[in-house]
Amino acid sequence: MPEFVSLQDVSLNYDVSESSLALSGTTMSIKRGQFAAVVGPSGCGKSSLMKLVTGLKRSTSGTVSVAGNKVNGPLKIVGMAFQNPTLLPWRRLLSNLMLPLEIVQPHRGRLRAHRDEYVERARDLLRTVGLEEFEDRYPWMLSGGMQQRANLCRSLIHEPELLMLDEPFGALDAFTREELWGVLQSIWMTKKFTTILVTHDLREAAYLADVIFVMSARPGRVIATHPVDLPRPRTIETTFDPHFIDIVHKIRNEIAQVRNEGKAAAARTLKAV
Amino acid sequence: MTSRNRRRLEVAFPWIVITVLLVTWQAAVVALDIKPFVLPSPTAIFAAFVENRGPIMQHALFTLTSTMSGFALGVLFGVTLGVVIGSSRLVYVGLYPVLIGFNSIPKVAIVPLLVLWLGIGQPTAIATAFLLSFFPIAVNIATGLATVEPELEDVLLSLGATKADLLFKVGLPRAMPYFFASLKVSITLAFIGAVIAETIASNDGIGYLMLQASSQFRIPLMFAGVFVIAIMGIVTYLIFALIERRMTGWATRGRDMQVASGG
Repeated sequence: MPEFVSLQDVSLNYDVSESSLALSGTTMSIKRGQFAAVVGPSGCGKSSLMKLVTGLKRSTSGTVSVAGNKVNGPLKIVGMAFQNPTLLPWRRLLSNLMLPLEIVQPHRGRLRAHRDEYVERARDLLRTVGLEEFEDRYPWMLSGGMQQRANLCRSLIHEPELLMLDEPFGALDAFTREELWGVLQSIWMTKKFTTILVTHDLREAAYLADVIFVMSARPGRVIATHPVDLPRPRTIETTFDPHFIDIVHKIRNEIAQVRNEGKAAAARTLKAV
Repeated sequence: MTSRNRRRLEVAFPWIVITVLLVTWQAAVVALDIKPFVLPSPTAIFAAFVENRGPIMQHALFTLTSTMSGFALGVLFGVTLGVVIGSSRLVYVGLYPVLIGFNSIPKVAIVPLLVLWLGIGQPTAIATAFLLSFFPIAVNIATGLATVEPELEDVLLSLGATKADLLFKVGLPRAMPYFFASLKVSITLAFIGAVIAETIASNDGIGYLMLQASSQFRIPLMFAGVFVIAIMGIVTYLIFALIERRMTGWATRGRDMQVASGG
């Protein structure tokens, strides 16, 4: 499989001072159709990584390339979903889903003439996440889990080649979260879009991803890469598999270590001052 | 109390309050034998209104026209200004002190200046109504635009959205509740502006009528003018409150709409 997303020695600095370095020397590569997860202690620059890959931010040094092209500005082949569902409260669910189609070319130009076809596509997507009965509801009439399903649909409606997820299930209760892992996995298994999932939840990473990147404390860089070779489709049973627990355990230790190093470094800086 | 009775009470209560107020007023004037040129009774005011209803309605229509014209200009300018301030940080920083300064000027103070530029009559009243009414609209539109979630902007930008897309798909709809709320404030301010200008420099309008009545010691007629302004204010406010409810039900999360649970 060819490389789809690649970061070569990438650094990101929000301003000139050394202390605002968010990422430093990050290198990672993700193959086309792969599901990658990025985990790390809080404040390790995971969200900065999202902004770099999607081109919303330019790297200070190093190269970011997607689909063989250097990223120079916002990409147009991306779907994004965040922890906050950010559905538009004045639009009904179906019309919320269609929002990306009103913006992305070539759909934008075709939407008026081929409306039925697109509505059908949105309905199909709603059906896969079990929301087909709710297309006429306003988002605020739905529970948090339902809103997040809709958010996921919205990020997929234009069939992006790259899906970026920033802790999409972070605000949900444990049961809803695990249910949505299954939903996301089954959509991904049929469509095979390249996915980058940023998360705090190690079980979530191990359940969903083909490969897990572990990042260090700020300034972030990739300190370990773990392939997850568990068979798919994975289920909640899989999470009790000794091999699964092994992976989660190993990553947990690595993060504990970088957190301690981070704390020690911070203490040293304080003393020096 | 059942909820139905409570709703009935809510509808009736404003009328009860007004009635009690008027009855107390009437009783006080009669009991304390207050002279009409100090404080006329409600019945005397009503009599003055009926007696002069022709000229009063004519002047009221004039005031209403000035107010609405000034208000319409205020909406146009306020929305434009709000969009400009709300979409550019630089413009916001640059214009903010100027706007605050401008808003701090008592508009009565600049009516003589407007008379100098626009002459005595309707243009001055329209200009004053405009100057008082655009500010809340501009501020509210700008606030609405500023409350767009950054994540949503990221989602749309990563789809290749332009600034115009963000404004029309997200920014302006998001600002609508703020906009309609500001209309209710602005229409009242527009009335104030028009009447102020009429009392200073006009030969028409309720403000002028009241000034004339006062100089002739026709105090009941003056009060009739006050009541007419108040009623016009309440009616226009209610109209905009109703439009607000119709247009932005989503912002109040449609309290009467059904909510789905589970999932």
